[in-house]
Amino acid sequence: MFNYYIKLAFKSFKRNPILSLLMVTAIALGIGASMTTITVNYLMSANPIPHKSEQLFHIQVDSWDPNNPFNDDDDALPNQLTWTDATNLTHAKKALRQSAMSMSGAIIEPQGSESKPFEASIRLAYTDFFAMFDVPFLYGGPWDNNSDSNREQVVVLSKRTNESVFGGENSIGKDIVIAGRHFQVVGVIDTWEVMPKFYDVNNGPFNETEELFMPFSLKEDLELPNWGNNSCWKSPDGEGYAAFLRSECINTQMWVELPNAQAEADYLDFLNNYVRSQKELGRFPRPLHNRLNDVMEWMERQEVVEEDAKMMMWLSFMFLLVCLLNTIGLLLAKFTGKSSEIGLRLAVGASKADVFKQHIVETACIGLVGGVAGLGLTLVGLQGIKSLYGDFVDDLATLDASMIVVALVIALVSSIAAGLYPTWRACNISPASQLKNQ
Amino acid sequence: MLKMTDVKKVFRTDLVETHALKDFNLQVGEGDFVAVTGPSGSGKTTFLNIAGLLETFDGGTYELDGQDVSNLNDKHRSQLRNEKIGFIFQGFNLIPDLNLFDNVDVPLRYRGFNSAERKKRIENSLEMVGLAQRMKHLPSQLSGGQQQRVAIARALAGEPRFLLADEPTGNLDTKMANSVMELLKTINDAGTTIIMVTHDADLAKQARRNIYVRDGQVSEL
Repeated sequence: MFNYYIKLAFKSFKRNPILSLLMVTAIALGIGASMTTITVNYLMSANPIPHKSEQLFHIQVDSWDPNNPFNDDDDALPNQLTWTDATNLTHAKKALRQSAMSMSGAIIEPQGSESKPFEASIRLAYTDFFAMFDVPFLYGGPWDNNSDSNREQVVVLSKRTNESVFGGENSIGKDIVIAGRHFQVVGVIDTWEVMPKFYDVNNGPFNETEELFMPFSLKEDLELPNWGNNSCWKSPDGEGYAAFLRSECINTQMWVELPNAQAEADYLDFLNNYVRSQKELGRFPRPLHNRLNDVMEWMERQEVVEEDAKMMMWLSFMFLLVCLLNTIGLLLAKFTGKSSEIGLRLAVGASKADVFKQHIVETACIGLVGGVAGLGLTLVGLQGIKSLYGDFVDDLATLDASMIVVALVIALVSSIAAGLYPTWRACNISPASQLKNQ
Repeated sequence: MLKMTDVKKVFRTDLVETHALKDFNLQVGEGDFVAVTGPSGSGKTTFLNIAGLLETFDGGTYELDGQDVSNLNDKHRSQLRNEKIGFIFQGFNLIPDLNLFDNVDVPLRYRGFNSAERKKRIENSLEMVGLAQRMKHLPSQLSGGQQQRVAIARALAGEPRFLLADEPTGNLDTKMANSVMELLKTINDAGTTIIMVTHDADLAKQARRNIYVRDGQVSEL
């Protein structure tokens, strides 16, 4: 009977094309609006590294002003570390893997090619960065610990940079000029776009992956500029780049990999002891307060999903509700127009349950068609968001397979819900009165 | 095979209470052809609707094929309608966007027959009414008389024991009406019990038995 009901649904669709089109449009508009905002929220709040997000921790220590907390929230801690603390903690090697990191940029000068010099973003990090975050490699691999210690001028390229500079070929061992210095390429990473970019939400959780990766220790040697937030509660002691690095200004992220709860507890102990030892040196004037945040905790604490986006999502759900209320009205009109057919079906042997099933299938078909049309409108909506907010939301404004399924399920469930009352009315008509009135 | 005893039916509104059937008593035997006449508002159609299980009643008993139908639920009532009763209406009640084949198919769909069985029955019943060659046509492509023949084919496809006809010739001219009446007599001769409500005294005379309904009560003519 299901196939029969589908056939009747499409007959009914053709019988009242304008009414049917209005219903499809109402559902499509509701689905389009809600799916646009759901998609953005979903991608904003997605777990970017689900298989180990509970083993990766961002470190926070309260190195701030003794007279004023980092912000008005009592529980707030500085969201980055000083270069000194990040370097010390990384060198202590108390975690399974650890890396201080920060963002910078420099000019790449392609050699012997027609490409012009261009500015590239750089992630300064330790070698553990790659294993800790499961960065996939196309060619070669990360530099080794010696490169970190000896401040070797080695570099890992993004796939796109490798294409720009070396035409996409295997460039391992080749020379590349960055910031006027010669670097040796040791690795080229494959496509790697974590969304949100959890390891550095300060520089934009939805920004693209950096174009170059090089040892963190080179930051000092090359005096690379600091890209991203740099917050200070007191001025550096002295002038120059070295003084800036060794100041109490916070500009460095620090991530560690701790495989289990015991390792996490041990690391927090280590962190507290580190701060105590720094207090003896006259630093960390505020009460002892340190914290490890796993990936999802960190994104929540940093409010990666903005309140505006959540509000937009709820407003779009309200809009969907309004569209469904309209659909209920249209369904009532449509099913009322079918009263004589329903009366006939009841007279010749259809039970109320049969009539109910037939019309719920019809409603579901309208919902599915509306859902598909709504997906089209969602794409339009996402394009609108891209054109409104620019390239940095490119990866947010993308409809993946799971979102397509969600859209169709929402369309199906909401249209069936909208169809319940009109369908209940349809199967409770009096066949005798309808047949006589024909 | 159809037995109504003291059946009552009251229609109520906020202001008025109308007694459509009052102590209605009727017994119809197998193979009978009963013509029901009476003035407008006398209760003929109400009787037919109750007989066809399209309406409930407020008192008395009604046995269909030996089964008391007073307290059946919707599922059983619809099953009985599907298996034992065929309907013919004054307005034909064909579904306009289904072709003749699909129109006749409607009751068979609820019977649970497989597609081969349904096809055979549809073709046979359309053959019986002389429209087998036009089964892919839409109702709007047929004359009124032909549409009523399709309605008869639809009623017969399930091979019901009862055929209930409410003014089956009311929308037809005399020639077409006679043709439909001849078809009904043929069907009755084949063993199907027919109860036909009509205003046409000449048609009523062609039935085996005539009853007259007035003020919700029945009398034999």
